[in-house]
Amino acid sequence: MAKDFDPSGRLPDVFTNAGTSSFTQFLTYAAPEMLPGRRPLPPGLAGDLAPHGTTIVAIATAEGVVMAGDRRATMGNLIASRDIEKVHPADSYSLIGIAGTAGIGIELMRLFQVELEHYEKIEGIMLSLDGKANRLAGMVRGNLGAAMQGLAVVPLFAGYDLSPTDPSKAGRIFSFDVAGGLYEETGYDSIGSGSLFAKSALKKKYRKGVSTEDAVRLAVEALYDAADDDTATGGPDVTRKIYPVVMSATAQGTRRLTEEEITAVAEQVVAGRMENPGG
Amino acid sequence: MAMQFYASPEQVQRDRSEYARKGIARGRSAVVLTYEGGILLVAENITTLRKISEIYDRIGFAAVGRYNEFENLRRAGVRMADLNGYSYDRRDVTGRGLANAFTQTLGAIFSETQKPYEVEICIAQVGASPEADELYRITYDGSVMDEPGFMAMGGQAEAISTVLREGHDEAADLPTALALAAKALGSVGGENGQTRELEAKQLEVAVLDRRRKGRTFRRIAGTALTTLLGHGSVAEQDLGETDAAPPSPAEDKPTISAASVDLEGATDESADEVNGDGS
Repeated sequence: MAKDFDPSGRLPDVFTNAGTSSFTQFLTYAAPEMLPGRRPLPPGLAGDLAPHGTTIVAIATAEGVVMAGDRRATMGNLIASRDIEKVHPADSYSLIGIAGTAGIGIELMRLFQVELEHYEKIEGIMLSLDGKANRLAGMVRGNLGAAMQGLAVVPLFAGYDLSPTDPSKAGRIFSFDVAGGLYEETGYDSIGSGSLFAKSALKKKYRKGVSTEDAVRLAVEALYDAADDDTATGGPDVTRKIYPVVMSATAQGTRRLTEEEITAVAEQVVAGRMENPGG
Repeated sequence: MAMQFYASPEQVQRDRSEYARKGIARGRSAVVLTYEGGILLVAENITTLRKISEIYDRIGFAAVGRYNEFENLRRAGVRMADLNGYSYDRRDVTGRGLANAFTQTLGAIFSETQKPYEVEICIAQVGASPEADELYRITYDGSVMDEPGFMAMGGQAEAISTVLREGHDEAADLPTALALAAKALGSVGGENGQTRELEAKQLEVAVLDRRRKGRTFRRIAGTALTTLLGHGSVAEQDLGETDAAPPSPAEDKPTISAASVDLEGATDESADEVNGDGS
């Protein structure tokens, strides 16, 4: 796997040198072929080749943040997956959601998870939330070449800041653009094809200092609104019992809502829409 | 040209072994033992530089000897584990694989370089039950031993081992196991062969918690350690949540800017008061 294995059988220098605390940087020496953005792509647009993930929303709450994502991946007019999971924990206090080319997004997410854990283990200290966001921006930037050929991926990053400047703003949300631009958002944000509708819904309903419980409801409502107007976003699938993935990050760490919890919330939202389709 | 004197290979090996053993004997010792709830790693260490660390989900690392050398190996271990876990699956990272890499590396360094590493390391992997725990002890010349139940490393490992052998019980709880470890480490190094009573601040303690899912490594320090040393019991959640400490508090500056905070024009009132009394 790693190139240049020493014939004596000892681990190659790239493993033992003091160098870097970054896993990605280590990979650029040890196994560059494993990095996204390092593979040569043939010319031409490749956007229709692979499934696309769609809408993610994140909301800052009184206790931290809530992030939710629908379960659909599309390929042109086809539904490529009904139950893809696009919201994941990045480490014990932060969450990452991905939109865009699903394969590259999942790879980026996995690499970012290892990156954070690797730094923790090597240094014995966690990266600051800003540090994590900047690191992720760098990784998105590395994918610019592929993005220009239609394989774009844009993450949404949110987390609980263990050392915030202002304790009431411990839950923080960061958005990115394909060129690796990093922007801190206030209150809430959404990415993906249905983000326009999800953000409009949140704009009307979001209040500063919302509780985690209410934010979960808000997030599911926003995803419902996105699915209502965007064909690439999946709504709650009551026949198959497939509901959005909802996670929270608070001082107690990250947590994914159980199947029962999210079923209850999604059923309430659907019941509400039976009476008033506009929410 | 200077005359090269002949030295037999046996003599060279003996000299190197002696050199390494002397180096190791100068430092303080460490013990690793299984108990009912997992594996306990204890090192006598008054510095903030660590001898015990997390490698992967169920794998821990303890070392004695020269800091720069075992730190080098520790980094290599973390990198190798993260690389394998990233390219295969987290379950595919094993203590035996790491022990093999370390023994090859130390063996090659011992036979090929002028100066052998003056280190002794332990790779511990916690299993579902005490019988499934694996402890590998790897010495400066690359020889590896699979130690069942407990092991001691460092200068007077023999004497410490004797104490451990008499008292070790794999069904013991954490305070009992910790008391045994502290007693064993304190059994040597006192004046005129006296035993020593080790305090919390002289010990570096961590556990691989058998019952946890995912990352099982937990550092025990501060009040939790003092309570445990006094045979008190500590609730599981108070053992320390993650290995890594959180970063220091954030300064109030935009994430995107990479400039130092004083360039943001923030007025620091306390700075004016330093010489406020006319001094």
